[in-house]
Amino acid sequence: MGRLPGIRGYPVAIHRTTKGGTMNPRTFPLLATIAIFLMAYAICSAQYPTIFSTRVAGNLLTDNAYLGITAVGMTLVILSGGIDLSVGSVIAFSGVFIAVMLRDTGLHPLIIFALLLLVTTAFGAAMGGLIDILAMPPFIVTLAGMFLARGVAYMLTIDSVPISHDFYTYLQKAYYLMPGKGRLTFIGVLMLLTVLVGMIVAHRTRFGASVFALGGGVATARLMGVRVRRTTVQIYAFSGFMSGLAGIVFSIYTGSGYPLAAVGTELTAIAAVVIGGTLLAGGAGYMFGTLIGVLTMGLIQTYIVFDGSLSSWWTKIVIGVLLLSFILLQKGLVHLSTRRQGVRT
Amino acid sequence: MKRALRRVAPQLMTLIVLAALVSWFFPSFLQIDLSDGRLVGPVIDIVKRGAPVAILAVGMTLVVATGGIDLSVGTVMAITGAVAASALVSGWGVPVALLLACGAGLTAGVWNGALVAVLGIQPIVATLILMTAGRGIAQLITEGRILTFSDTGFAFLGSGSLMGIPVPALLWVLTGVLVALLMRRTALGLLVESVGINQRASALAGVNARGLIIVVYMASGLCAALAGIIATADIRGADANNAGLWLELDAILAVVIGGNSLLGGRFSIAASVLGAMIIQTIDTGILLAGFPSEYNLVIKAVLVLAILMIQSPHLASEWALIRMQIARRRAARGQEG
Repeated sequence: MGRLPGIRGYPVAIHRTTKGGTMNPRTFPLLATIAIFLMAYAICSAQYPTIFSTRVAGNLLTDNAYLGITAVGMTLVILSGGIDLSVGSVIAFSGVFIAVMLRDTGLHPLIIFALLLLVTTAFGAAMGGLIDILAMPPFIVTLAGMFLARGVAYMLTIDSVPISHDFYTYLQKAYYLMPGKGRLTFIGVLMLLTVLVGMIVAHRTRFGASVFALGGGVATARLMGVRVRRTTVQIYAFSGFMSGLAGIVFSIYTGSGYPLAAVGTELTAIAAVVIGGTLLAGGAGYMFGTLIGVLTMGLIQTYIVFDGSLSSWWTKIVIGVLLLSFILLQKGLVHLSTRRQGVRT
Repeated sequence: MKRALRRVAPQLMTLIVLAALVSWFFPSFLQIDLSDGRLVGPVIDIVKRGAPVAILAVGMTLVVATGGIDLSVGTVMAITGAVAASALVSGWGVPVALLLACGAGLTAGVWNGALVAVLGIQPIVATLILMTAGRGIAQLITEGRILTFSDTGFAFLGSGSLMGIPVPALLWVLTGVLVALLMRRTALGLLVESVGINQRASALAGVNARGLIIVVYMASGLCAALAGIIATADIRGADANNAGLWLELDAILAVVIGGNSLLGGRFSIAASVLGAMIIQTIDTGILLAGFPSEYNLVIKAVLVLAILMIQSPHLASEWALIRMQIARRRAARGQEG
């Protein structure tokens, strides 16, 4: 459990795209993201040496576990050229669902988890189906889904419901003590495993290839033999599953269910995906980049906490600036690569 | 005139059905009284409280008509509110506060427009940047506090009334009418639609597509500034965290309920504004009808889905087929009679 599966999986994504010897300009955003993250970490460590410790690294993983898992689902959706605004609400719904079920029934948390994942996956699949059948923009359909999920969470309860169960205490206390007393918690590891699964799904399966094809263009994908409706349903079902999983992690992290929780997570997740080097137009990107995007955003927050004198709103401004610079970087790279192609022909 | 009425007929019908539905649960829904020289009643309340979303919807309609989207309007409301409030607190007077707020809204619009039109960034992402960073900027302006002021002249814009009608209601009607006239009495509306349908083709045909897109985002920024002024004036304070929170979603929803395609092209400002009133009627109606407010979001989601299904391009073609068949059958029956 001590190894980082995310790093082990990283060459998988690279090898595939650098096939043929020459550097693929599409990997530049990913490499830039990794470089910026390492640089930022180095600068932060230079200023506050304690940031370069397994304790902070462990907390970085734990604190951003739910965001990372959400972002894995979001990456797949964005790769397909869509967007899922419902994830934050689904996280809130999940927390409330678990808390209320634990309070009112004698079911074991694991059974409740299974039920919940079934519900959120079906919810995602329904949204995907509507998007394809109605031929409506994903933006608006998932916006309705966002209202619906949070609305159902409100209907279950309007209060914050505490979760007290032996199994939960066990999960909260489960960690691997890294050298330097850093805690690699269960939810941190779960997030890394999810990223690994996401990388395999996106870059190594037929489904993943269909997703990339859809992101490149629906008409071309259809001509290539992609079953558009089935893939769309699967994409949003995947995102729904991931939001449900993120909801479980969030409930372990906070130890309660609250219908107002995780407001705005969808936008943070989208920002993490973009910072991670995935093209928002779809069709190009890396699951591993998303992990780096999430960690970069977490690092900014950690730095602000360490500094103490900076106000929290600087987080928002810095994330905005990061977003802009990554988008500009992508734009520049796309521009360069198309021009180079133009010269060649 | 007749064509314009036909365009907004679905929205008007929805409003009437909603009003009937709410009246059924809350019989005095349509009742309007005069007290202290002001009109009071649930309908007046809806018209007043729907003002920010209605004004945002006017600007959003133009942006959506060019095939764009503006996610930053809620945040721009917070920024402009903060600018206006800090100007008032510094004692610069109402006109300066209004000018600065409108200037901030226009600046935000130029920023968004430049990202979209000059750099060619997707509208969702381009405006997402300001949406995330903007609240930080608003908090910088208010220094993290809720700035309160007691200027009655400025507060008049949010809570005053003119000839018994609340000022915010007058403001959104005025904005809607002015923008609609500007779009329809000049070629501007046509040009906006042409850019929305095919930007490259319009540019080749001599339309200044780039300039037009920037202007459209500026209009949206200005509308957001106006909405921000109203929201700030209403509570006599600027709250950088909560002012205009999630209103961009309501505004986009209003545009979609108004039957405007998110892909751009033909638009109707009247329909969007009616869409905003539909949303406000749902919000207020659920409360008046005595449902717990927890149901608000679920009912809203179901209504949105229902409206989406009715407007879906796939279903629309089938709907047209059914209508044609009915018309044919009717014609056949008419011949028999």
